[in-house]
Parts: sequence; C-alpha cells; structure tokens
Amino acid sequence: MSDSKYTGQDFKVVGTRVKRPDGLDKVTGRARYGADMNAPGQLVGLMLRSPYAHAKIKKIDTSKAEKLKGVKAVITSKDLPDLTDGNAGLYDTLENCMARDRALYDGHAVAGVAAIDKSTAKKALKLIKVTYEKLPHVTDVDEALKPDAPAVQPRYAQEGQPSNFMSQGVFGHGDIDQGFAEADVIVERSYKTGQTHQGYIEPHACVATLSPDGSGELWVTTQGHFSYRNTCAQLLGLDFAKLKVTSSEIGGGFGGKTHVWMEPIALALSRKANRPVKMVMSREEVFKASGPTCSTSMEIKLGAKKDGSIVAASAVCRYMGGAFPGIWGTLGGMTAFACYNIPNNKAVGVNVLCNRPKVAAYRAPSAPMMAFGVESTMDQLAKELNIDPVELRLKNVAREGTLAPYGPVWGPIGIEPTLEAVRKHPHMKAKLGKNQGRGVACGFWFNIGGQTCSDLNIGADGTVNLTVGTIDVGGARASLGMIAAEELGIAYEDVRVNIGDTSSLGHNDTTEGSRGTFSSGMAAIFAARDAVEILKSRAAKMWQIPVESVVWEDGTAKAMGAEHGNLPPLSLKEIAAKAGNTGGPIAGHHEATADGAGVSFASHIVDVEVDPETGKTQILRYTVVQDAGKAIHPQYVEGQFQGAAAQGIGWALNEEYIYGDDGRLQNAGFLDYRIPVCSDLPNIDTKILEIPNPSHPYGIRGVGETSIVPPLGAIGNAISNAVGVRMNQVPMSPPRILKALDDAMADANSSEVA
Amino acid sequence: MEVFLSGPLRDAVDGATSIQVEASTIRELLTRLNDRYPKLNVHMDDGIAVAIDGTIYRDSWETVIPENSEVFLLPRIVGG
Repeated sequence: MSDSKYTGQDFKVVGTRVKRPDGLDKVTGRARYGADMNAPGQLVGLMLRSPYAHAKIKKIDTSKAEKLKGVKAVITSKDLPDLTDGNAGLYDTLENCMARDRALYDGHAVAGVAAIDKSTAKKALKLIKVTYEKLPHVTDVDEALKPDAPAVQPRYAQEGQPSNFMSQGVFGHGDIDQGFAEADVIVERSYKTGQTHQGYIEPHACVATLSPDGSGELWVTTQGHFSYRNTCAQLLGLDFAKLKVTSSEIGGGFGGKTHVWMEPIALALSRKANRPVKMVMSREEVFKASGPTCSTSMEIKLGAKKDGSIVAASAVCRYMGGAFPGIWGTLGGMTAFACYNIPNNKAVGVNVLCNRPKVAAYRAPSAPMMAFGVESTMDQLAKELNIDPVELRLKNVAREGTLAPYGPVWGPIGIEPTLEAVRKHPHMKAKLGKNQGRGVACGFWFNIGGQTCSDLNIGADGTVNLTVGTIDVGGARASLGMIAAEELGIAYEDVRVNIGDTSSLGHNDTTEGSRGTFSSGMAAIFAARDAVEILKSRAAKMWQIPVESVVWEDGTAKAMGAEHGNLPPLSLKEIAAKAGNTGGPIAGHHEATADGAGVSFASHIVDVEVDPETGKTQILRYTVVQDAGKAIHPQYVEGQFQGAAAQGIGWALNEEYIYGDDGRLQNAGFLDYRIPVCSDLPNIDTKILEIPNPSHPYGIRGVGETSIVPPLGAIGNAISNAVGVRMNQVPMSPPRILKALDDAMADANSSEVA
Repeated sequence: MEVFLSGPLRDAVDGATSIQVEASTIRELLTRLNDRYPKLNVHMDDGIAVAIDGTIYRDSWETVIPENSEVFLLPRIVGG
C-alpha cells in the first residue's frame, strides 16, 4: 500500500474552478441516462405490484397473460429460486425484488411481464390474477413495537422482544445517571420525523440482456455498478465475469441507487424471453417500491451545570426500516452526540420493521433525524440556561482528543472551526423583522473508504484517459481529472475521466458515504505516480542514461547531475510520442482498499419568516459552513453543500410519506409529495473550511452528505425564535405550525382565565 | 491488547465493553474473536470496521496493529 498520509503539498490545478466535463452534454440533452438506452429487439418490462400493505399470496394465475399476443415472458417468484445459500441479507433482497409467499407493503412486486410494447405489457398485467388473503398491517414505528402489533417478518422475531424489534445499537461512555444527578438543569423532549424519499429526478431504469448461456449485459442508472453486478449474479446464479454492467449518467441517487430493486427481474425476464428487456419505473413506483429513508420517534435528554457545561446526554431513537432489517438505528446512535464533548452520554438507536418499502440510505443516513432532536433540545437547554445557543455549543464542542461517542478518540476535526465561523459570519448580525427568526444547528457524518481500482492511460499525443469505477454522482470526474493533471504536471483539459464498466476494472465499491473523491482520488494519485515512474524510465531510454538520473518536475522529465544536467527537459507529450519505440504504451494503475476516510462536520445558519395566518415558513437566508478537508473543485463542493441543505429544507418543511388507515401510500407523486423548488429557496451561501484529513495525500474528506444533517434542527430553532412555538415533529408543515400556534394561543388564554 | 466494542457488537461478546486479545493484524484479531465469540459471526458477515488510533479500517485485514494502540470494533458504516 502506498503511503497515503497527508503531505501538505502545494497545488497548481487542485483548488481551481475548471469547467465541468459533463456540463455540455447535460444541458444539450446528449447525456445518456438510464432510460436513454435501447437495444435491438428490446421488450418492455413492467411489474405487477401489491395493492395491499400486508397480504398472503395464495395463488398467482399468469396463464391468460402468457397467452396474450405480444407477451414474451411472465415471471413470479417461482422463476426466482432461492440461490442465496443462507445469506440472510441476500434473501431479503430477493424477497424485496419480488414477493414470495407474502406481499409486505403497498407496491411490493408480485409478478413481472415482458412484452413487445408498453400497451401490451399493461394489458398483460391486468390479466394476471393474484389471490390474496389480507393480513393485519402496521405502518407506524411506535405502533410496530407494541406487543400486539402484527409481525412483519416472523422469521426475524426474537423471544422476549416485540415482534418488529430487530436490533439496537447502544453507544456512549460515562455514567448518565450520575451525570444527570449532577446537572443543575435538565431538558427532556420527544420528537418525531416523517419518512422521506431522496427525490432523485431520474427514476430507476435499465436495459437487461441475458442469454441462455449465462452471459449478459445490464445498462443501468446506479451508484454502484459493481455491487449491482454482484447482487444480480448471485440472485440469478451467474458468474460475475459473464455479466457486464455499464452505468449510465445518473440523475440523482443520494443513497437510493445503492441497492437493486427491479434489475434482477429485468435480467430474469430477458433470460426467459431471450430478448433484451427495458424497465423504467414510473414516479409512483419510485415512491412505493424503491428505498426511502426511515421515519422515527425519539426522546432526547440533556443535563447541564448552570455555567453551560453539559454533563449528561441521552437519546433513544426508533428507526422504521420498512419491511426488512437495516442498521439505521445503529448509525443514528453513533452520530447523536458526535459534535459535542459530553462526559456522560448514551445513545440508543433501535431498528424496527413496518409494512413499508425497504429503507435505503439517504445522504448521511439516520443522522438528520437524531440531529433534529439533539439540536432542538440544545436550543431549549440554552434558553433554560439563558446562554446564547452558539456559545453553548462552543462551550461543549468536540475537539481533537475528545472521545467520540462511538469509541475512538477524534483526530483533527472541524466542528469547532465551523461554529467559530458561524459566530463571526455577517449573517448572524443581519436584522430580523416581524415573525422572522434565526436558527443554528450542527451536524456530523462519517466518510467511508473501501475498494477502489483505477487505470490511467497516456495516448501518443500526450493526452490522458483516467478510468475509474466509482460512479460520478456529484462532480467526481472533474475532481479526479484535476488530481491526475496535478500529479502528471499537465493541463486539466488534457485529461478525460471515464467511468469504466464492470469488465474493464477490478471491483470498486459503490459511490456512497461520500467516498468517491476520497477513494478514487487516492487511486488517481497513485495511478498517476505509477505512470510517472514509467515516464521517467522512458525518458532515461530516450537519453540513454540511468533512470536514477531522471526526476519528474512540472510535467517534464529532467536529467540530473553533472554528466547529464545539460540535457533539455522532455515533456510528457514528447515522451508519449516515442512510447512505441521505448517499450510500448504508457499506463499507470492502482488498486487498494482505501482506508483512513475522515469524518465531517458542518454548522448552518438559517433565517425564516413564518406566516401566522397560513403557517407557511419561508426560508429568507441560509448559510452553510462545512469542513471539506481539501476542496478539489470548490464550485462542486459548494454545490454539494447547497444541494444537501436544499434537501434538508424540504425534509424539514414539507416532505413526508403519508399512509392511510389501509396501509397504502397516499401521496406517491411530486404533486402531493412536495420537494423544494427554486421559488422556495434563497441562494444558499457557503463557506468552505479546509482542515486536512491526515490520512489522505491531499487531505480530502468527503463533502456530499454532511450538510443534510443540520437543516431540520436549524429550521426548527428558527421557527421557534420567529413565532415562539417549538415544533417537535418533522415536517414542520403549515398545518402543523398552525396547530402549534393555535395550541399556544389556547394555553395562553387558559392561563389568563386561570 | 485491549479491544473495545460498541453498539450491537457488545451483545455478541456477552455485554463486555472490552476484551483482551493478542493479535498483530486485523486478520488475526477478527479470527481470534470469531473463535472465542461465535455470535460475532453474523456481524462479521455484515462487516465490521476496526478503528486503530482513530483511523477506521473497513476491509484491510493485513493492516498491522501497533503495540499500545487504541483499538475499537465498530459496525460497518454505509452511506448515501
């Protein structure tokens, strides 16, 4: 493994704002997304989905559909034998892709059809007769933990626990009982957050081809084409190497495209029909049958001395993971008090099943909910103590050397600098008007490393292809091209970055956990340095001198020493032009498990105005301060900060899955599930801090996720400061705010009467 | 060395917050833990991260654990 420690090197390309390589294609419509691919002779695949939240599937009669002219394949779970060999997680995926004996949520797939066109496929779906036996259902996280709640997955039920309790993660240190006993002031509150969807604009889409000989191809919108390949191959009994998966451009993922949903079904339909099959989810299907985030309920308790020293903290948060187990509560427990140095703290994250779709990651998964509770309670504690909320946070902030709540001692971290930047920011001094309020909140999220493999090839004209296996979801191609140019000493414009398919590179882990630029950036550095060694050896051959006498500086080979020092430097282009005569193509390569991913912190400021007549909250001004480690392409980093904040604003104010008493999703479309549009948002101001990650040569930390963590708490605090009501439920939608205002008015009136 | 555990991993080692294990690499550490605590097996399948002096390692089993290091076993982290 090459030394990946931070060196503090100076940069020429890194840190500049070069043109994005995908911009022209995207604004001219040339970029090819999941639904833009077509194959000769392709069929249209559609899915039949359960209309019930929970039902036994007694019988599926596909005979009439199969006889319909133009239908080429119909499959049910009988066409998908269990090949998972006892792997519980893989079996969950199989069952989620297509229901087996029971439909577990509204929208769960029960059969698939491939036909010559969409009209025929739709007719075929209507001809499939499914005999269901409705079963009791549960869609609320607290209801699911009651002793008499229907068991969503009896195979996971544990003796002595509610049937839908899956697991819990307990984190922290110290003695919270003793800590609370020592506290002068204790604030304890309960909160709930709604289930939200990532809201990516591009629906899931793929074109699958699978031959009877077991070789196939999959074109798909995904955050991890290697993971998709491996999962599909395992579920369908294929050799990994015989299934080539190519990733399309991606129109948003945010965690929702880290898992397969319908892709194995498309391949199975193709195998049965012996023709390519294209499947594109409708928006309704995306909402009902892909992976939203958890809904939660929680209790947060903070105890402090009169001087503002927080001596104890506890959190219990229940995470609704849909119909399959997840680790969402565990992640939430790890993040709860990460921003603070609290001697006695305990956070419990509980994983709970419900009759809702299988939850997937959503940008810093599980952290925003816990942060909503903690940051809301923090402001209420500040009020009780009569201390400025920012000062309270700074007084208790985590620093290098602080024990992280999940165990290790923090290295250099950026939460204190972000809070200091907030304190000094002009935004904090701007005047506020009537019904306007300002809120601040902090957030933490991990970054991850993982397996990465990259190739760098230098053409005869000296231009460079860098091939990486991490999907570009947020500008990685620009950043990685800049890194390669920096290392080689050439212009950014001379590098083209490609996302290789699964047959062209070794395994690359999925682009998740803000890992793309961290891990592939590391691979790009070392692949380029590998190529530089070859460039030096080729220069030595051209000069007929020992390679030890050659150094690489500013994109040129230079001969060193008294004997050779007068030789004119050779540029990369000059060496590349002679590659055929000096040993053949020049290339660099690197594969590794990239470890040492940093951690990431952010602090946000928001001003809101609440209309007391309608309950509508308008975001007036928003500022994000986040530690990026090293901003390779600052404009992209700012875009990540802004995008994450925008999603957090939507989550805070409007977005929510609404289920009826029948267990069916009531708002599976963007008209009824309202994500923020431009008119809802101000220009989101950003401030990038750079506290280098000591375990990356350039100091890179992931930047994509953390800034979705603070908005819920920051907006809740701002609303409280604007109109004096504390919102304990997200989304803080107009009806909820109106009710809170009415309740506050009623309380005030009853106090006057008394 | 003393290895600390957090979260659901503690349940797999009978509730202990730390255990004594002799190991010079992550591979040795995980192998010996797995032998002693079979309940850890399910977590191994899901993936376990090892924090050595604050640096989190996900998959690098050949990583050397220096003497007197602070070692934590953590649940494997995923992201969006």
